[in-house]
Amino acid sequence: MKAKKAVAQAYLWLILLILYAPIIFIAVFSFTTAKSLGNWTGFTFELYRNLFTGASSDSAALMSALKTTLLIALTASVFSTALGTLAAIGIHNMRGRSKAAIQFVNNIPMLNPDIITGVSLFLLFVFLHFSQGYVTVILAHITFCTPYVVLSVLPKLSQMNPNIYEAALDLGATPSQALWKVLIPELRAGMLSGFILAFTMSLDDFAVTFFTRGAVGLETLSTYIYADSRKGGLTPELKPMMTIIFLAVLVVLLLVNLNNFRKEKKTNR
Amino acid sequence: MKENDVIIDIQHVSKVYTGKKVLDDINLKIKKGEFVTLLGPSGCGKTTMLRILAGFLAPDEGVVLLDGKDISGTPAHRRPLNTVFQKYALFPHLDVYDNVAFGLKLKKVPEQEIAARVKKVLKLVSMSDYEDRDVDSLSGGQQQRIAIARAIVNQPEVLLLDEPLAALDLKMRKDMQIELKEMHQKLGITFIYVTHDQEEALTLSDTIVVMNEGRIQQIGTPTDIYNEPVNAFVADFIGESNILKGRMMRDYRVAFIKHEFDCVDAGFGEDVPVDVVVRPEDIYFTTDPAKCQFKATVNSCTFKGVHYEMWVDTDTGYELMIQDYDPYEVGTEVMLYIDPDDIQVMKKERRTNTYPARVVDEGKVEFLGTKFACDTAGFAEGDEVTASIRFEKVELLDNVEEAELVGNVVFILYMGNHYHLTVKLENGENIWVDTNDIWDKGDLVGIRIAAEDIVLQK
Amino acid sequence: MKLQFKRSSWAGPYGIFLLLFVILPLVLVGAYALYDGDGHFTLANMAAFFTDPKFSDSFLLSLEIAIENTLICILLGYPAAYILANKELNRSAVTALLFILPMWINALMRTMATAEIFAVLGVRYGKGTLLFGMAYDYLPFMIYPIYNILSKMDRSYSEAAQDLGASPATVFRKVTLPLSLPGVMSGVMMVFMPTVSTFAISEILTNNKIQLFGSVINEQFNNLMWNQGAALSFMMLIIIGLTTVIFGGDEQVSEGGLV
Repeated sequence: MKAKKAVAQAYLWLILLILYAPIIFIAVFSFTTAKSLGNWTGFTFELYRNLFTGASSDSAALMSALKTTLLIALTASVFSTALGTLAAIGIHNMRGRSKAAIQFVNNIPMLNPDIITGVSLFLLFVFLHFSQGYVTVILAHITFCTPYVVLSVLPKLSQMNPNIYEAALDLGATPSQALWKVLIPELRAGMLSGFILAFTMSLDDFAVTFFTRGAVGLETLSTYIYADSRKGGLTPELKPMMTIIFLAVLVVLLLVNLNNFRKEKKTNR
Repeated sequence: MKENDVIIDIQHVSKVYTGKKVLDDINLKIKKGEFVTLLGPSGCGKTTMLRILAGFLAPDEGVVLLDGKDISGTPAHRRPLNTVFQKYALFPHLDVYDNVAFGLKLKKVPEQEIAARVKKVLKLVSMSDYEDRDVDSLSGGQQQRIAIARAIVNQPEVLLLDEPLAALDLKMRKDMQIELKEMHQKLGITFIYVTHDQEEALTLSDTIVVMNEGRIQQIGTPTDIYNEPVNAFVADFIGESNILKGRMMRDYRVAFIKHEFDCVDAGFGEDVPVDVVVRPEDIYFTTDPAKCQFKATVNSCTFKGVHYEMWVDTDTGYELMIQDYDPYEVGTEVMLYIDPDDIQVMKKERRTNTYPARVVDEGKVEFLGTKFACDTAGFAEGDEVTASIRFEKVELLDNVEEAELVGNVVFILYMGNHYHLTVKLENGENIWVDTNDIWDKGDLVGIRIAAEDIVLQK
Repeated sequence: MKLQFKRSSWAGPYGIFLLLFVILPLVLVGAYALYDGDGHFTLANMAAFFTDPKFSDSFLLSLEIAIENTLICILLGYPAAYILANKELNRSAVTALLFILPMWINALMRTMATAEIFAVLGVRYGKGTLLFGMAYDYLPFMIYPIYNILSKMDRSYSEAAQDLGASPATVFRKVTLPLSLPGVMSGVMMVFMPTVSTFAISEILTNNKIQLFGSVINEQFNNLMWNQGAALSFMMLIIIGLTTVIFGGDEQVSEGGLV
C-alpha cells in the first residue's frame, strides 16, 4: 500500500510540476530585467515598479487593459446576476414546454464555442447597425455569463420552501417587497456563486471580446496579450502582472476553501 | 343562518388545471368565528380551495365574498386573511422575532406596538423566550407555533391552516390539536382548516366539509358526518364502516347481507336498491336467541388498544367488521344484532355504468372514445344511444396491452363480499367495477367488456 | 381574470434577451452563410468549405488536434483525478485545489507562459508544441469533473463489489469506471469544445505556423469576407451540435458544474 501511495503521489506532483513550470518560470524572471529570455541579469523589482508607475508606454497600456478587463467583468457580472436571478425565479415557476424551451436556449451560450458566440454577435451588431465598443462587449459578456447565474440560482430555488414567497404575500408584502425582503436574502448564496462564475468567465474571455469590440481601440488583458504575441515580443511588465494575478487567485481560493479544509481535517482524524 | 353572520361566501367556484377539473362548482358559506375543516383525500381540491381563499390562485369561474364584498380580484397581500403553511414557510434568514414581526413591519406599525404585539402573541403560543432564536434551530412543533404566531399577530379576520400538523409526530400532533382548539376559542376568529386526517377533523371542527374529486360531498357537524354519511365515499372516508349493498323493501324496512332489518329511514320507495352503512361499533353480540338477527363465525380478532377489532363471516357469506370491548375467539359462532337507529341507509349514486354512445357500424358501438363489439340489432348506423354495463360485467386485466381501455384504480370500497372499484380512465372518465379480485389503489389496469354485456338504449 | 402578475413572467425579460442575443445571432450566421456580399442567395460559401482545401484541410486538422488533445487529457487526467479522489492515496485537499487553480487564470496568460518556456528551451514550434501546450491549458478542465464525480461516489458500491468477490482491478473496471463516465463525458465537453474552435491559443503556441479552423474563420472576418466566415462558422456549429448530441452536453453543463 505504501509503495502504491508513493507512486500515486509522485505522479500527482510530476503533473503539478509540469502544470506549474511556466508560471514559476514567469514568476522567477519577473524579478530581473534581461531582454532576452532566460537570461538572469540580477535581482530587481524594476518591472514591478514600471508596472505600477506606468514608466514605459507598454506598462501604461497594460495597466489600462487590466482596468478595462475588470470594469467589463464587473459591469457584465452585475447585470448578469440581476437578469439571471430574475430569470431563474421565473423559470422555476414555469411549467411544461415553455420551461423546457427557455432552459434549452439558456444552455446554448454555454455550449457554443467562444468564436461562434463572438461571430454571431458580431453579425448581430452589424445587422442592427449598432456601433461596436464598450456597450457591445458588455452586452456580449452578459450573454455568455447570465446562463451560469441562472444555473447557480435554480438549485437554490428548488431547495427553498415553496411557500416562502406566498407566506410573504400572505403577510402583506407586495410582489416586489417579497422579492427584496424574502427571495433575494434566501438566494444570496446562489447569486454569489453565480456572480463569481460570471466574473471569472468574463475575465477569461478572449474571442467574444475580440469580435465585438469594434475599432475603438478597446483592449482587455486577453486581447492585449494576443496582440502582443502577434508582434512577437512579450511586454516585460506582463511577467510581474501574471505573478501578481497568480498569487491573488491562489490566496482567494485558499481563503474560500479554508473552511472546507478545516472540516476535512476534523473528519480525517 | 343569518346573512350577516356569514364571513366567507364561496359561490360557484370552479378551477381547471391542465384539463382536469380540480374544483367543480363549489358553494360554501362560512360563519364568523366558526372552525371549518375542508376534509378529503389528497387531490380532492381542498388545498386548491384554500389557495383561492388566500389569493394565490384565481378561480376560473365563480366568486369569493368576504363580508359580502367580492375579493376575487384582490391580490393576496391585500386580503385580511393569513395562512399557516403546511411546512411552516418560516423565513430562514430571519430570527423568531423578525419572522413574527414581518407583517406588522410591512404595515408600518410603530416599533413599540410591534414589540408589544409580538410579545403577546409569542406568549399565546408559549414561545416567549425564543425571540432571538434562529428558526432553523427550532423543533418542528416550535416552528409550527411560530408559524401560527406570525399569522395571528396580524389579527386576521380569517386564519387559513393548510395541513399544519401533517409534519409533526403523533404525540405532538395530539397536543397541538388541543392547543389549536383553545387558541380558536381565545381568539374568536374564523379558522379554515385543511386536512386529510378524518380524526383531526372530527376532533377540531364545528363544521366539516368533506370533499372528493373537486366536489363537496357533505357539509355538517362532526356527529352528522359520522352518524349520517350521505354516500359511500363519506362513510368510507370518515371512520371505519361496513358498507353494503341493500334493498329498501318499504319504509322502515331494509334488506342487506340477505337478512331483513328494521330501520328509521323512509321515503326511498318500495323495493329500491340502496347502500347501507353500519359502523363496526354498532353491531352487537348477544346470547339471547330472541334478540339475534343473524349468526356469524369469528375469523380474526385483533386488539387495538381500547377495543378489539374482529372480522366475522355471516351465515349468508358476507364479511363484516365489528369493534367490541370483549374479544371472541376465532372460530366461535356468535349471534349478532343491529339497532334500527344505527343503520344508515343511503341513496345509491349509480346502479350501473352508463355512457352516451353512437352506433358506428353493424355490431359496433363507440363510447369512451373506443369502439366496442356489441349487439346492435334494432339500431341503425349513426344512432345516438346510451350504453350501459353492469359493474360486475366489467373485466379488469393486469395486461394493459390486451385491453380496450386503460385506467388507474382511484377508489376501493369493500362491500362485505366483493370490492367496488372506481377506475379513472386515461380520458378522465370513471368506470365502476365490482370484482372479487384484490387490487390496490393506484394500480394501472386494463379494461375489457364483452359484447353481450353492453346494453344499448335509445 | 388576472389576479396578480405571476412569478413565471419574471423570466420574460431574459426570454426576450435570449431571443435577441442568442437565437437571432445564430439565425444571422445561417442567413449570412447563404448570401453573397451583394445580398444574393448563394450556396457558394457553403460549397467552398468542401472544395477549397484551405478550409477543409484546416477543418480536419482542427478535428484531429481536438481529438488528440482530448485523449491526452483523459489519459493524463483520469489517473490524477482517481488518485486525488482516493482517500487512501491522497488526503490533502490542497493538492486537489492546486490542480483546479489554473482554471481560474486567464487562458491566454497561461498559454503565453508556456510559449515562453518553449522559446527559452529552443523547442521548434509545430504540432508538438501545440499538443503539449493545449494539454497544459485544458488538463484541469478534464481532471475537475472526473475528480468531482469520483469523490462524491458512494464507497459502498466498490465495497459491495469487493464483498461479492471482485478483485481491485475488476472493481475498477466494472464499478468505478462506468460510474465515473458522466464525469469523463463532461470533461470531454469542456476540453473538446474549446480546442476544436480555438484560434488564439494555437497561434500563440505555434507562432502562427499552424492555422486551425478557428484562425481561418477569424481571417475571413479580418478580410471582411463576412459571408464566407459565416458559412465556416455554420459548419463549426454543426460539429458542435453533433458533439453535444453524442456526449449529451445539455445535461453535462448543468450537472458537471464549475464551482
